[in-house]
Amino acid sequence: MDIFLQQIINGLVLGSIYALVALGYTMVYGIMGLINFAHGEVVMLGALVALSVVSVLAGSGLPGVVIALLGLAVAALVCMAVGFTIERIAYRPLRKAPRLAPLITAIGVSIVLQNLAMLVWGRNYHAFPPVLPASQHEILGATITSLQLAIIAIAALMMAALVLLIQRTRLGRAMRATAENPAIAQLMGVDIDRIISFTFVIGSALAAVAGLMVSANYSIAHYYMGFILGLKAFTAAVLGGIGNIAGAMIGGILLGLIESLGAGYIGDLTGGFLGSHYQDVFAFFVLICVLVLRPSGLVGEKLAERA
Amino acid sequence: MQRLLASLRRDRRAAMIASLVLGVVLAVLPFVVGGALGNSWLRVLDFALLYIMLALGLNIVVGFAGLLDLGYIAFYAVGAYLYALLASPHFGLHLPVWLIIPAGAVLAGIFGVLLGAPTLRLRGDYLAIVTLGFGEIIRIFLNNLNAPVNITNGPQGISGIDPIRMGGISLARPIDFLGITVPSLHAYYYLFLALALLIVFVSIRLEDSRIGRAWVAIREDEIAAKACGINTRNIKLLAFAMGASFGGVAGGLFAGFQAFVSPESFSLMESVMVLCMVVLGGMGHIPGVILGGILLTVLPEFFRHSAGPLQVTLFGKVLLDPEALRMLLFGLALIAVMLYRPAGLWPSGTRRRELGSDAA
Repeated sequence: MDIFLQQIINGLVLGSIYALVALGYTMVYGIMGLINFAHGEVVMLGALVALSVVSVLAGSGLPGVVIALLGLAVAALVCMAVGFTIERIAYRPLRKAPRLAPLITAIGVSIVLQNLAMLVWGRNYHAFPPVLPASQHEILGATITSLQLAIIAIAALMMAALVLLIQRTRLGRAMRATAENPAIAQLMGVDIDRIISFTFVIGSALAAVAGLMVSANYSIAHYYMGFILGLKAFTAAVLGGIGNIAGAMIGGILLGLIESLGAGYIGDLTGGFLGSHYQDVFAFFVLICVLVLRPSGLVGEKLAERA
Repeated sequence: MQRLLASLRRDRRAAMIASLVLGVVLAVLPFVVGGALGNSWLRVLDFALLYIMLALGLNIVVGFAGLLDLGYIAFYAVGAYLYALLASPHFGLHLPVWLIIPAGAVLAGIFGVLLGAPTLRLRGDYLAIVTLGFGEIIRIFLNNLNAPVNITNGPQGISGIDPIRMGGISLARPIDFLGITVPSLHAYYYLFLALALLIVFVSIRLEDSRIGRAWVAIREDEIAAKACGINTRNIKLLAFAMGASFGGVAGGLFAGFQAFVSPESFSLMESVMVLCMVVLGGMGHIPGVILGGILLTVLPEFFRHSAGPLQVTLFGKVLLDPEALRMLLFGLALIAVMLYRPAGLWPSGTRRRELGSDAA
């Protein structure tokens, strides 16, 4: 039972991170109908920038939480600037181009960011300095660190704030209108260029938060981490129903749970034939099943025939 | 360029001369490249031919039928691993190449149908993500099927694979032919060239055939195609199977050429690369796709060879990691091309007319 609970906790932590990244994918998809393939790299940049800032400040004597927050602030600013630039350079000129063209520029941006990071930070893995308090709590036989608690709480908080922003503010209304129909939104006086830029900036800020969480939780960051993380988060977004904010959250949490439970029990289920290194297969397999049975995702609208 | 091609189409004699010139150029190319630039570029040339085969295979799925496939490299992996398992000391099997390559094509085709069947209802981005997941699943299985029964030898891959043998002659060693010694890389070049030309030929014949037109109809409007009496299910499955079998052939050749396969060669990045070739060159347009295949194989190599020395001449020493710099430049080139030619470098006439803006 305690192993089960432990996997649930791990899954929730992982899922919260996936959900934050998935939101970036889903917001952009909802508004522009575009897979922002470079989003995973923005997460990676956030993680590395935050890690560098934290490393520099680690000996300064400031409290650990303050250092982490400073790191987050710098990372968020960098990521927001990067997200804004990506949209300006790689996507905006191609809004009316054939559908695959922005996909290729997205891949190009992804390659550029990854190698830029390799030039700046090198090929090595970087360890996250232990500035944050690492107290452990026991719940029904399972352990959860205060960092993990903080990750779940902060992710929940950010998601709540995002929902409020989208549902309650003028800007959020403009975003929803643009997602519904850009041409009509423009007729109603919405500056869709600004809204799209803003969407990228918000998504990138969430990516920076997720980046810090990943590197702090797994104590490691390197230039290649964004790719697989982005892939998983995108999977989560599709699982929930891409373009749908609630779907990204549910999909993220669910994927985290599926992965950690799947990895924990796959050995027992298959009599030791398949081990925990099949974790990734599990995620993709579930994804394929969901898409085949319910192509619009778990909570997505019925849009199966969308080209 | 366009005018030249148009005149070739009208004038039979000019066309004959042009293809003769092209034939001679292709025949002497390895000697020119090998003599002027060395063997490393000759290898690049061989790889360019392999990638052209892959790109043409993917072009059937993405370019003709309009089904976005992000896991295409899986079929390449299937062909390569089939060759590796059936002709290496790993299982002690040494089957002849003329048996394995067709078998690889068939097996890859079956995998294509396996992928296609459950995804028939999906379109666009959903299809992209499912195919992506499929590609990753294949790769992860290749990576982990070394225990409890060692099938793929895991991340270490399979080495010592038999070279391709034709009529008892191994292509891995220099071949004496009518008094001329043909080095191994050249021999592989001619073999790959022959198969690439075969695939080009099949692609061209398919394009305007009943099946090819059905694919284009599905790409343009699936419902309308169905209404016109096209069996969209079978035709789409055929696209998957055909595209996959080309990939399987290329994979088998790759395994024989490299004498080594490992899951690393079949990452998602490779699928993306092949897709880039198709899109960058001009989706659905065979000459464009060939151009894309050549460019995207040669360009990164060119950057690899120039990134280091250029820094030395500019700054006197290597300041930046050449490997990272080369991919950085490659990424920038990818973005730049798409920004200035969103329909690809050499789009087909239909697409150019559709897009209008590109009319010149």
